[in-house]
Amino acid sequence: MTATCAAIEIKGLQGYYGPSHVLHGIDLRVPAGQVVTLLGRNGAGKTTTLRAIMGLLRQRVGSIRINGKETIGLPPERISPIGIAYCPEERGIFPSLNVRENLMLPPVLMPGGFSTDEVIAMFPRLAERFNSPGTKLSGGEQQMLAIARILRNGCKILLLDEPTEGLAPVIVQQIGDVIQELKRRGYTVLLVEQRLDFAMSVADLHYVVEHGCVVAQFSNDELLAEPGRLQKYLGV
Amino acid sequence: MTDIFGIPLPALMGQLTLGLINGAFYAVLSLGLTVIFGMLRVINFTHGAQFTLGAFGAWMLLNYFKIPYWVSLVIMPLVMAVLGALVERLLLKRLYEMNHLFQLLLTFGLAQMIEGTLAVVYGSSGKPYDNPMPGGVDLGFMFLPYYRGWVVVASLSACLVTWWAIERTRLGAYLRASTDNPELVRTFGIPVPHLMTMTYAFGVALAALAGVLAGPIDQVKPSMGSGLIITVFAVVVIGGVGSIMGSIVTGFALGLLESLTKVYYPPASSVVIFLVMAIVILAKPTGLFGRQP
Repeated sequence: MTATCAAIEIKGLQGYYGPSHVLHGIDLRVPAGQVVTLLGRNGAGKTTTLRAIMGLLRQRVGSIRINGKETIGLPPERISPIGIAYCPEERGIFPSLNVRENLMLPPVLMPGGFSTDEVIAMFPRLAERFNSPGTKLSGGEQQMLAIARILRNGCKILLLDEPTEGLAPVIVQQIGDVIQELKRRGYTVLLVEQRLDFAMSVADLHYVVEHGCVVAQFSNDELLAEPGRLQKYLGV
Repeated sequence: MTDIFGIPLPALMGQLTLGLINGAFYAVLSLGLTVIFGMLRVINFTHGAQFTLGAFGAWMLLNYFKIPYWVSLVIMPLVMAVLGALVERLLLKRLYEMNHLFQLLLTFGLAQMIEGTLAVVYGSSGKPYDNPMPGGVDLGFMFLPYYRGWVVVASLSACLVTWWAIERTRLGAYLRASTDNPELVRTFGIPVPHLMTMTYAFGVALAALAGVLAGPIDQVKPSMGSGLIITVFAVVVIGGVGSIMGSIVTGFALGLLESLTKVYYPPASSVVIFLVMAIVILAKPTGLFGRQP
């Protein structure tokens, strides 16, 4: 493994929300073209890690390299053009915009993304609701929209924060299919996920985060062979 | 002569025209305020003084450089936009993370400094600005001075162009999305801090445009903005903070309401807008056109 094939490489990442120290030295590596999960209990620092990667966490020190480029000092609007896009846990559908405007909002930053037609073919429900306000969609539709809109911009590294949270099994299945398709197209996905079965159905590599540190790392094959190994970290 | 509820038609129409003119200023000014608030979350108490500067700028250009009204109408909004951008970049920007009280102190303090300086240099009594469109047209039921007609047309056009730019263009979609969730918009590679500067500059330009339009109607004087801006704040609250169409419709409607009150019960004319504001706050705190949170 050489440094050039890491889509994201994080070393010694410390992060703070005001006075509270929430990330205590995260180290992780997301190989290009793979699906990697961050597992861990609520409050372990998984979402904060994604926010730190996107530059949304203001107080952060350490090193975050994206496609080999150091981004620790960059504001969010200069991190995305390196080739990374983010789908937040709360989905972030803009209530002032209709579905079409939400979908078309992110500018195309580089070639090689999905065309609008391809996105619509992947999520046909969205086209039927084009003129509805974004927040009038169901939870599943909003999640589809939140993923769909970051596929057009050409960024090949996607951060997905709990995309299956609160969704019906049939929609979870659909999101799993989307992630498989992204992987086939060479996308890199860093996924925060609570559903272990879902995580194991899509991912290649898992990191376990606890108290703002990475405490364990498993390949998906290791976990499939011995699922009990996670019990120590995730069991209650 | 036809009377309407005891008022002769020409007198009524004359008042309605005045109401429409006041409404035009309410609309343009409240539009600027609401656009700025939506994007920056700052209540721009300098807005009235920026309106006054627009008028004084036009007066100075005419008296010192013989630059006519029509040129000032284009130049002053541009000059004020540049000044506004500087204010945002150098001063306001530092206060976004702080208590809103500091933004109030800054913008209110700037307004006091501008008005105070103008009063010291030019006196508080006011300077005349010649009407660039003398004359008028007899419509049969009333006499309409050309300039007043122009003010209504120009203001309405400025409002509609702004509405179109915000509701129908890509840049407008960036602005609306940033109003909802600026952080997420930044993760799409959109430079939200620059949009904030541009938005403030645009709001200030609207105020300056209104100022240039107002010069020939009344006199150009240091207090012209602060007299108007209190009412404009009420208009923003009634229309719904952040609502573009709300500002435009409410601005014109309240101008008309005020002038009708002047005709039928003059003592109430100076409070009627605030009465409406109180009722709206009680019945629908988000304003007539505001979105429910």
